[in-house]
Amino acid sequence: MAREPRRSGQAGSERTAASGSDSKVAAGPARRKAAAASGRTAAAKAEAALNAALPQSAPPPGLSREAELEAYRAMLLIRRFEEKAGQMYGMGLIGGFCHLYIGQEAVVVGMQAAMKPGDQVITGYRDHGHMLATGMDAKGVMAELTGRRGGYSKGKGGSMHMFSVEKRFYGGHGIVGAQVPLGTGIAFANRYRGEEAVCLTYFGDGAANQGQVYESFNMAELWRLPVVYIIENNKYAMGTSVARSSAQQDFSKRGASFNIPGEQVDGMDVRAVKAAGERAIAWARGGKGPYILEMQTYRYRGHSMSDPAKYRTRDEVERMRTEHDAIEQVRKRLLEEHKVAEDELKRLDAEVRQIVNEAADFATHDPEPDPAELWTDVIYETA
Amino acid sequence: MPTDVLMPALSPTMEEGKLAKWLKKEGDSVKSGDVIAEIETDKATMEVEAVDEGVLAKILVPDGTENVAVNTPIAIIAANGEDVAEASAPRQKVEKAEQPETPAKGETEQAAKAPAKAASAVATPPAPAVQPEPDVPAGTEMVTMTVREALRDAMAEEMRRDGDVFVMGEEVAEYQGAYKVTQGLLQEFSDRRVVDTPITEHGFAGLGVGAAFAGLKPIVEFMTFNFAMQAIDQIVNSAAKTHYMSGGQIICPIVFRGPNGAAARVGAQHSQDYSSWYSHVPGLTVIAPYSAADAKGLLKAAIRYPNPVVFLENEILYGHSFPVPKLDDYVLPIGKAKVVRQGSDVTIVAWSIGMTYALKAAEELAKDGVEAEVIDLRTLRPMDTDTVVESVKKTGRCVTVEEGWPQAGLGAEISARLMAEAFDYLDAPVTRVSGRDVPMPYAANLEKLALPSVADVVEAAKAVCYR
Ligand SMILES: Cc1ncc(C[n+]2csc(CCOP(=O)(O)OP(=O)(O)O)c2C)c(N)n1
Ligand SMILES: [Mg+2]
Repeated sequence: MAREPRRSGQAGSERTAASGSDSKVAAGPARRKAAAASGRTAAAKAEAALNAALPQSAPPPGLSREAELEAYRAMLLIRRFEEKAGQMYGMGLIGGFCHLYIGQEAVVVGMQAAMKPGDQVITGYRDHGHMLATGMDAKGVMAELTGRRGGYSKGKGGSMHMFSVEKRFYGGHGIVGAQVPLGTGIAFANRYRGEEAVCLTYFGDGAANQGQVYESFNMAELWRLPVVYIIENNKYAMGTSVARSSAQQDFSKRGASFNIPGEQVDGMDVRAVKAAGERAIAWARGGKGPYILEMQTYRYRGHSMSDPAKYRTRDEVERMRTEHDAIEQVRKRLLEEHKVAEDELKRLDAEVRQIVNEAADFATHDPEPDPAELWTDVIYETA
Repeated sequence: MPTDVLMPALSPTMEEGKLAKWLKKEGDSVKSGDVIAEIETDKATMEVEAVDEGVLAKILVPDGTENVAVNTPIAIIAANGEDVAEASAPRQKVEKAEQPETPAKGETEQAAKAPAKAASAVATPPAPAVQPEPDVPAGTEMVTMTVREALRDAMAEEMRRDGDVFVMGEEVAEYQGAYKVTQGLLQEFSDRRVVDTPITEHGFAGLGVGAAFAGLKPIVEFMTFNFAMQAIDQIVNSAAKTHYMSGGQIICPIVFRGPNGAAARVGAQHSQDYSSWYSHVPGLTVIAPYSAADAKGLLKAAIRYPNPVVFLENEILYGHSFPVPKLDDYVLPIGKAKVVRQGSDVTIVAWSIGMTYALKAAEELAKDGVEAEVIDLRTLRPMDTDTVVESVKKTGRCVTVEEGWPQAGLGAEISARLMAEAFDYLDAPVTRVSGRDVPMPYAANLEKLALPSVADVVEAAKAVCYR
């Protein structure tokens, strides 16, 4: 396949700057200014970089009242949903593996805000948040967790395997790293058909050590595929910290030898995520090929429900929760900057709780799949 | 001493080729490394170099000669100072007779001792024994073509028919295919649809599956299936299971194809049969054709089929010719075995290259008054058990033939099915002929011992007939 010339005249130099950047925070046009901001706290750095990164076309990092409210509600939905899933797991209603997304909500919500209709999403097994963010119905997701017929996969997939062609969500994959070539292939199809869509391909810091990730990077850059690789660096792969597993701990540089630009993003700040997402998606949509976003985030719960998380201190978790919580950040801004009334937030809270309760109720009472379903969907039968 | 220049082999499986062109004339002096001729196979063109210094004394095989067997002397080089006329005089008869007529690579030793006819079935497949499809209209014109051409035509026809079909893999485009199966596709369909990949099986298999999820119909070529082990996670976990795991939402119309099984003299890592591996997996459809007609009709069906298909070809069969119905759109049903030879005494079940042993054995058995019914499974999953059971009801005996290993092989599966579905009809235990339970050795004699033979099949068939 022929390598297409980049569409933008400055692309070459931009990319050199990006991949050659030492900046811990941002790449591309933001590089020099971001580097100048060194010495401040990570959050301040991220914010400074963000400001610097959005000179020409990108919107300012601050979000409108409406956008903040929307992000707040979306993140809250994921958090409450996951808390409920945890409870239901404890009650024995959910079986097997159940990987909660609590703590990482700003990543998918920020990226969702940066996407356009038609863009696709694919991820691993920690996928409930991604599905809710794309607008998939909480009832269908929860009923899949409980293995009921009303679940997105009719109860045959479970927590790790749900899909929605309508919402352009392609799963839900249980083999660490396998979604990366798959997402790259979806991007290949977009390019093949001359469609504008970009495929957002999420994976973890642990998955980033899989060989197939680099096989994908190579092809994506070689063929300039419209894919954004989002590495959700929550610092651990099960019990293995990034420090114990990764020779290059700056994941934004993991595409360097393929000339893929990357940036590190404060994944606890939904504004930073959205802004970086917009840059990355614009790059990919513009025919310049893949882009890597390392989302620095944190999972508050264990790897899965059965993980007591002894490999990290309570302190570490507490610090993230109290100082960096994504939802609290937005809540504070809504109250202080946007002057949203406490009552309005309470109303949102109640609304979200109701959705989650209804989902739990549905997932508890929906019947199990008909035994005949055992034999269906093995092979797709045309009419 | 004058030296013979022999027809070289260009690949492990090459048996003959065309002497395309002489670049030197008789009487020209040559030195080591000079290109003296060009030879061609259906796969490639190669140059023949002189290995000695001297004078090209005599050209034994003229320009344009087709089907020159490997190792045939094609010219004589006289050493410097030697009498050219003497060097080019007719050689002694005895020496000639020792040259095997069509030695398959790796069987030279065997062939040198025995007449060429006794070489393995692989060297000369009994092509005419394969009847055309029952539902091909009577009077349909048949054209002779190789399995390789049939596969290429199948892809080209489907690519013309459907813009979502594309082919990707290592060397499929500019190089025209490592085994020349994709020859000419790049020229017709451009590099948008004939995509050369880096050497990255796991990656491009997964990329193909993703593209299929998104609605395209990829044909993923593995240079050989040995290398698809790197990609087997994507084939099994992503391609085969996602339709089920998604409750039927995601479909995955993809074909993984390439040569499978032992070629010749390439050692253990390049000589594995994956028939049983893939046919183990629900969600996969596994096809392993023998004849060119089946290769064409079934590959076209596989490309149209909205499910992941593992299409197992065989390198040794690529160059073999068979009659193929000349029809605009020759598509065969997936999941249907074919009774290729009728017989009443014993059923022999085979597929892909196993058919060469089965058909040869049937001929031998007939000489001894044993009439074998030979079934070509063609599709391994779903397996057409009915056709096998129907046959066994008639014959009461069954021999299975495969090149793969015996444990958990398809012979074991067929045997179990016959016990379950035709126990009362069996007059003897089902007997398996398979590859030996060892990694494939390199040495010619050991390799031969590791593979099934016509004699193995004859022996097994006689045993189940108590003869
Ligand atoms: C190929 C493979 N190896 C191992 C596992 C078991 N496993 C599941 S999740 C996981 C850790 C992955 O961590 P990371 O990629 O950082 O994602 P996170 O769980 O932090 O979201 C492991 C080892 C697996 N599912 N697949
Ligand atoms: Mg992790």
